[in-house]
Amino acid sequence: MARGNRDSWGSRIGVILAVAGSAVGLGNFLRFPGQAAQFGGGAFMIAYAVSFLIIGLPIGWAEWTMGRYAGQRGFNSAAGVFHCLVPHRGSKYLGVLGAIIPLVIFMYYVVIEAWTLGYTVRFARALMDPALRFGSIGDATAFYDGFVGSKKDGAGLQMSWDSMLPWLLVVFGLNLVLIYRGISKGIEKVCRYGMPVLIALAVLVLVRVLTLGTPDASKPEQNVSNGLGYMWNPGKTLVMAEDGKTVLHEVVAPTEEERLQRAGELAAAVPGAQVEQIGVLERLKDPNLWLAAAGQIFFSLSVGFGVILVYASYMSAKDDVVLSGLAASSTNEFCEVALGGLITLPAGVAFLGIAGVSGQGTFGLGFNVLPMVFSAMPAGSLFGAMFFFVLFIAAVTSSLSMLQPGIALLEEALGIGRRASVALLGTLTALGVGFVAYFTAGVKALDTLDFWVGTFLIFVLATAQIILFGWVFGVDKGFEELHRGAAIRVPTFFKVVLKWVCPLFLLTIFTLWVIKNVFGLDLASGQKSASPYVQALVDQRDPVAWMSVGLIVVVGVGLALIIGSSKTYKSELKD
Amino acid sequence: MSTSGLLIMIVSVSVVTLLFVGCVWKVLTSPSGESEKLHAADLHTPDMDRK
Repeated sequence: MARGNRDSWGSRIGVILAVAGSAVGLGNFLRFPGQAAQFGGGAFMIAYAVSFLIIGLPIGWAEWTMGRYAGQRGFNSAAGVFHCLVPHRGSKYLGVLGAIIPLVIFMYYVVIEAWTLGYTVRFARALMDPALRFGSIGDATAFYDGFVGSKKDGAGLQMSWDSMLPWLLVVFGLNLVLIYRGISKGIEKVCRYGMPVLIALAVLVLVRVLTLGTPDASKPEQNVSNGLGYMWNPGKTLVMAEDGKTVLHEVVAPTEEERLQRAGELAAAVPGAQVEQIGVLERLKDPNLWLAAAGQIFFSLSVGFGVILVYASYMSAKDDVVLSGLAASSTNEFCEVALGGLITLPAGVAFLGIAGVSGQGTFGLGFNVLPMVFSAMPAGSLFGAMFFFVLFIAAVTSSLSMLQPGIALLEEALGIGRRASVALLGTLTALGVGFVAYFTAGVKALDTLDFWVGTFLIFVLATAQIILFGWVFGVDKGFEELHRGAAIRVPTFFKVVLKWVCPLFLLTIFTLWVIKNVFGLDLASGQKSASPYVQALVDQRDPVAWMSVGLIVVVGVGLALIIGSSKTYKSELKD
Repeated sequence: MSTSGLLIMIVSVSVVTLLFVGCVWKVLTSPSGESEKLHAADLHTPDMDRK
């Protein structure tokens, strides 16, 4: 037997809120609405629900089970969990992924967290000084560029209200202080208060948004109903070129009549162009839709991050992982679908119209469109401050969870205390955060790290985990372990899902993702174009992209050396 | 907003809300095992008390 648990959760509701806090993040409010709208609400929600059932829940339960199992045997880190589950000297190195993913994601996530705090304060100040409200989308974009430093490296590192540096120092320090306080006094306490506050504030913002009606009577098409329609309407109307394959326009008017009329006008302007209506069934045949839905579920629930694995290791043998896992997932889904799905796009469309929000990425929607929207809305400074504070709470509870896997690894592998592990991890992450915060031109460093770690490696770890659970640990043993202390039972067909459906679905999705995002092949049209991330490394030889990849490699090698040299994992194999 | 869009929205939001409320209710009403009592102590490593 290895060592006893050093720390533990104070209550069941605490661990549930902590895992939910880890899962609920900016993606719930900014990424999900954009994805759902892009692929047609109805079709997207079908693929989303299927992905939730065969990827999200099963991998989550597998992580909860494996984490608690290893925790009872004295292991808290991902390396320890894998070492405990697979009696092979190489298995512990899989734990490098379980530490590198949250650690590197923390390095850029905390930067975005600083943005949310800075925007919260900006709107709070606008309560006293209305001149601080944004007058146009151009104003909001200019503020974002200066605040973040997206036009020039290092431009966001100034000690002023309108620069991210002071907020970055605050949130970085806050994360270290809270993580130093430990599982129950730090993470659990923050999530126990933070999550209810987040939900309450988000519900208030939701009520405000849904009662906006038509803010500008001179633009009747810009209203909440059309915003909801843009998000949830299942049909799509496309203007196709003469060849029948090339999409010339995607018409996003809220009603079918308007869509057909607008599409007809656009098609009439191009010789040979035709209008094509795409319904739910046609949408479901598009592999890009499945990729987007599965990806959203995957990243939204924080499965494959290595966080649930570590959090669950601090539970007792009789703690219920079935209900805890389901409750944490349902909290995340509520925040994503019922809050994020009804706030973001309807608010944007009500003030800027569909053209104003269409095609905006996560950052564009969150930090360009919404600041303008809140500036224009009655009592907008108050609701803007509330909304960005919601994002800030969501970000803090997520970033805290990203530090604990690293802390657990250092304490376990090096046998050091929390003070030393926090100091060591704080130094390492300070360097990484500094790198991301400096190389802000085009948010290149952040984007590169997010692609290779926040997407690619997560797929790898999740796939490894589900194969480990279903095939190495054994699905029967795993199912038995899963139900230890459970208040509810998981239907037996989930055995088949855990062993066959989930790994196969995940491998398929992963393969499609690699084909599309690494090899640049469009899955629907078959057209090939170089992936910008691969292009940045191979063709452009972009130094920031290379340094970002170098950072990942250095952190990975460092963690592998720590794991490889640790006596903790060597001695256990002899028992 | 089309009727089909409205239906999809209502179904989606209702399902996640009911699931969330049901889970909260179940967590708050079902016995919590030993975790509430036995794991309340937050253990410290020796270096945390050292000045």
